[in-house]
Amino acid sequence: MDQPILKATGLSKKYGDNVVFHNIDIAVEQGDIIVIIGPSGTGKSTLLRCLNLLTKADSGKIWLDGTEITAPGHSEDEVRQHIGMVFQNFLLFNHLTALGNVMLGLTKVRHLPREQAREKALSELNRVGLADRAGHYPGQLSGGQQQRVAIARALAMDPRVMLFDEPTSALDPELIGEVLEVMRQLAMQKMTMLVVTHEMGFAREVANRIIFMEKGSIVEEGAPNELFLRPKFERTREFLWKITELYGHKKE
Amino acid sequence: MSDWLDFFWRSIPVFLNGLWVTLELTAVGLIVGFGLGLAAALGRVYGSPWVRRICIAYIEIFRGTPLLVQLFLIYYGFPGIGITLSRMMSAYLTLGLNSGAYQAEYLRGAIMAVSEGQMMAGRSIGLSRLASIRYVILPQALRLVIPSWSNEPILLLKSTAVAFLIAVPDLMTKAKLIAARTYDPIGTYLAVAVVYLVIVGLLNEVMKALERRLRIPGLEIESHKP
Amino acid sequence: MLQNFIIYIGSGTAVTVSVTLAALPMGIVLGLSFALLHIYGGKWLSRLMTVYSTLMRGVPPIVLLFILYFIIAGSINISPFWAGSIALGWVSSAYQMEIFRGALLSVGGGQMLAARAIGMSRWTAVRYVVLPQALRLAIPPWSNEVSIVLKDSSLVYALGVPEILRRAQQLSATTQQPFLAYGTAALIYFILVFTTNRLLDHLEQRTRLPAQL
Repeated sequence: MDQPILKATGLSKKYGDNVVFHNIDIAVEQGDIIVIIGPSGTGKSTLLRCLNLLTKADSGKIWLDGTEITAPGHSEDEVRQHIGMVFQNFLLFNHLTALGNVMLGLTKVRHLPREQAREKALSELNRVGLADRAGHYPGQLSGGQQQRVAIARALAMDPRVMLFDEPTSALDPELIGEVLEVMRQLAMQKMTMLVVTHEMGFAREVANRIIFMEKGSIVEEGAPNELFLRPKFERTREFLWKITELYGHKKE
Repeated sequence: MSDWLDFFWRSIPVFLNGLWVTLELTAVGLIVGFGLGLAAALGRVYGSPWVRRICIAYIEIFRGTPLLVQLFLIYYGFPGIGITLSRMMSAYLTLGLNSGAYQAEYLRGAIMAVSEGQMMAGRSIGLSRLASIRYVILPQALRLVIPSWSNEPILLLKSTAVAFLIAVPDLMTKAKLIAARTYDPIGTYLAVAVVYLVIVGLLNEVMKALERRLRIPGLEIESHKP
Repeated sequence: MLQNFIIYIGSGTAVTVSVTLAALPMGIVLGLSFALLHIYGGKWLSRLMTVYSTLMRGVPPIVLLFILYFIIAGSINISPFWAGSIALGWVSSAYQMEIFRGALLSVGGGQMLAARAIGMSRWTAVRYVVLPQALRLAIPPWSNEVSIVLKDSSLVYALGVPEILRRAQQLSATTQQPFLAYGTAALIYFILVFTTNRLLDHLEQRTRLPAQL
């Protein structure tokens, strides 16, 4: 592999005196599936938002496919087309149907003709198993379905990498499975993904690299087996203990 | 009695004439006000600090003073600084500016009710700030605003009645004329009241129908904070 | 000229404030009574109140002001100031009725139920349980109504009452400075409305119950 798809060095962010994260280095290679774990409030979500420039980092540089996107004058809107983002609370456009949600970026950002956009949007909805819900408004869909539409909306832009910000934590337990299943399929299709989640089962099974973050910095990272079975640091071990107590072992 | 009846029949065209002017004032005020209100609301929410201050000043000044005083300032006062407008133009301008300030507040409420997350979602698929406002925020805000906005046409219709004090030939001016001729001000103004009631009732029905037509399932004002 | 300005505008302001202060209590008493009748007065009174409110609120205040003025002035010997103030209060009563009705309804049946459950009569429950809560809830919309009445008081200009606008007109004629005269009138109104809003905001904070949203 020649160069990482997404790379960041020395990324820092604070709100007032409150340091969200400090001096983060991260590199996402083609086909990587990286899961970021860690206690709540350690800056994982903010880190994802900084990576696609939805939030401005205070310092540090970010490269997408070798081009520095934090350089002055670089178009943020252009960058975000290539980085898909899935939010914890779905954030579907409430005034548009499922199909309309997926089509909007295609017609207004990529300026595809309507017919072509429609076709592409339908195939993306099909990919997440929701072609039959194309005409439904967000208010008529379950949480799991809404999140799958949100994934389709991001996929439709043919992103180089997908960022998932706790995609299942706003869902009722019985709806988590369908979203994870879609993500698993994406992994099999070799989509490059950066996922913040508390779903340890998913992390273990799908990720090729785990990053453990605490208090705004990366404590340790490594392959799932290594990190889950032989964590190097006491803090990592403690966190893993707590999370298994909380969520239990995943029933497969 | 027959005199009275005769006069009654002859006053109907006069009333209708005045009614037409009243409706004209309402329509122009509403449309001008919508344009101004939308601009002021967007400026107040998304503008730079200075744009924001200007929008707030406009909104607060026109909501904080009586319409009648605004009308007199524009019709009688402006010629003092070299701006002379006809009665109709003065009335159009005053009603538009006044309604714009109120519409701006309805619209601002609706824009703010569309969660910040919607802007973020728009930006996340590569829409620019302006495109997000246009394709994501406004389509939702304009639907959300309907229930609160739907009072405005009725309020404005009622407000236009003060325009007779600068002799705009509306319903009230005609009523004043007829009252002077019949020496029956109470009867005349009661008749005018009935005309206003009928129009207000009709407008009410139109607004209700509009609300039903534009409803989207699950899209109602609710405070889902991001 | 400056002295003229101050005397005219000052006396006009005093009249405007007086008209508002005379109209408001009338609006409160009538509005609150009508609201109570609407909710607790039985089927027929309730319907009557609905019709009253719809009719009053469906007609421009200036038209009602004329009708009421001619009725009042025609039946009793009364100055335009008092006729105007009474008419203004009367118009406001319909709007205030809706404000108090909304507040009474949002206190809800549960509170009434709880009060009756400890043996209070209907009236005692209204007096000691529902009203103290409803009146607090009514303060924000009622404050809004106060500035509406203040602004609507400019309508008594049409009845010849020498309030701010009438004074501005006289000044404009004597000084040939129409912009200055009407601009000052607008400024005075703005200050009055602004101060009133601040005062009522303060009242709202003072009367707020702990943890009440």
